[in-house]
Amino acid sequence: MKIAIIDYKAGNIKSVEAALQRLGCQTVLTKSHDIIKSADKVIFPGVGNAGAAMEALRAEKLDALIPTLRQPVLGICLGMQLMCRHSEEEDTDALGIFDVDVVKFVPKNGEKIPQMGWNQIFGLRTPLYDGVGENSFVYFVHSYMVPVFDGTAATCDYTVQFSASIAKNNFYGTQFHPEKSGVVGHKILENFLKI
Amino acid sequence: MLAKRIIACLDVKDGQTVKGVSFENLRYAGDPVELGKAYSEQGVDELVYLDITATNEGRKQIYSLVESVAKNLSIPFTIGGGITSVEDAENLLIHGADKISVNSAAVRNPQLVSDLALKFGKQFVVVAIDAKTIDNQWIVHTHGGKRPTEKELFSWAREMEDRGAGEILFTSMDHDGHQTGFANEALARLSDMLSIPVIASGGAGEMEHFKDVFNIGKADAALAASIFHFGKIAIPDLKRYLAANNINVRV
Repeated sequence: MKIAIIDYKAGNIKSVEAALQRLGCQTVLTKSHDIIKSADKVIFPGVGNAGAAMEALRAEKLDALIPTLRQPVLGICLGMQLMCRHSEEEDTDALGIFDVDVVKFVPKNGEKIPQMGWNQIFGLRTPLYDGVGENSFVYFVHSYMVPVFDGTAATCDYTVQFSASIAKNNFYGTQFHPEKSGVVGHKILENFLKI
Repeated sequence: MLAKRIIACLDVKDGQTVKGVSFENLRYAGDPVELGKAYSEQGVDELVYLDITATNEGRKQIYSLVESVAKNLSIPFTIGGGITSVEDAENLLIHGADKISVNSAAVRNPQLVSDLALKFGKQFVVVAIDAKTIDNQWIVHTHGGKRPTEKELFSWAREMEDRGAGEILFTSMDHDGHQTGFANEALARLSDMLSIPVIASGGAGEMEHFKDVFNIGKADAALAASIFHFGKIAIPDLKRYLAANNINVRV
């Protein structure tokens, strides 16, 4: 299976590549529209800040391409946030695949921001979570979040309940890093490859 | 609920793990990747690899180590030791590091932390602070604790947060190696004043010390080395003990 990882200088790509390779996939890190369009699956990674990331996507016209993709697409962390309508981070207009806005965490009881570490996910739906137990721990690093809405595919609790994962048609997103989430993350990536 | 993290720290020299290890079923105790895997399978939440290589030739080996760790492990890891520039950090990122930690270089050049955070995001930047009490003041030390500075722990930690540190890794030199518990009072003060996570280091000897560092020291994560390496405390036992004491850990 051929997996395109969208290349827009979005932070640590090695771990995503390695995780997919451990699952027997051939990965290609690319910004080529043709290669992305013809891949079996697309990974839209991302660490960093929303404004700079959108700029990098626009420079390669990837902002126009991504919403038109037909094969399963998995946005990870910032990649998931950029599939939403707008991010509060630097007041950034994003891709608008999901009809929801990304907002900053507001600490309620002295919670540290970013949320950094392992937290539990629940209310799991979509085939991404086949065989994944409710309240499994996965690894998060983020200061902004997607509220719970009708596209929420998994929920997490930190200051408030928010979307740990979202899904709509062929588009999937995880706020957490499956590639850093041990055996649970491995299972989720394996599920994505089966979609 | 966000889990309290248990972090194992591995010292690496010339690409090999130093300090003894007494893991059963481990083929190469000196292989940092094998050792990291063993920890990961035991349920450790994160790893810190501290490069203590002194020579420049030796330092290059860290890149292949980082790449190999990224390839073989599916938990987050931090690389520390000898990082003095944005270029050093970028090379580590390219090879697959999730986070880097800076210590002496941040004291020498605090702007480095601002530059790193701006370029890679604060989640990538751990600032390690070694300090010990001198005349009732926590004084920051550099060069593996050998050199005292003019900086005081709390104001220094605050400056590092303001400049973009994503986490503070505080090692109490007063407690390190004594195995009598963490510096809970200083840790609680740090944790209360900062709005970024605090990793406690130095002093772990018993499982109770971990309970205390989370309950009293208000730490977000606790790091240890020898007690894990020498098998004095096994990670699965520690996690079970903490869970039984109502501390939220990943089990």
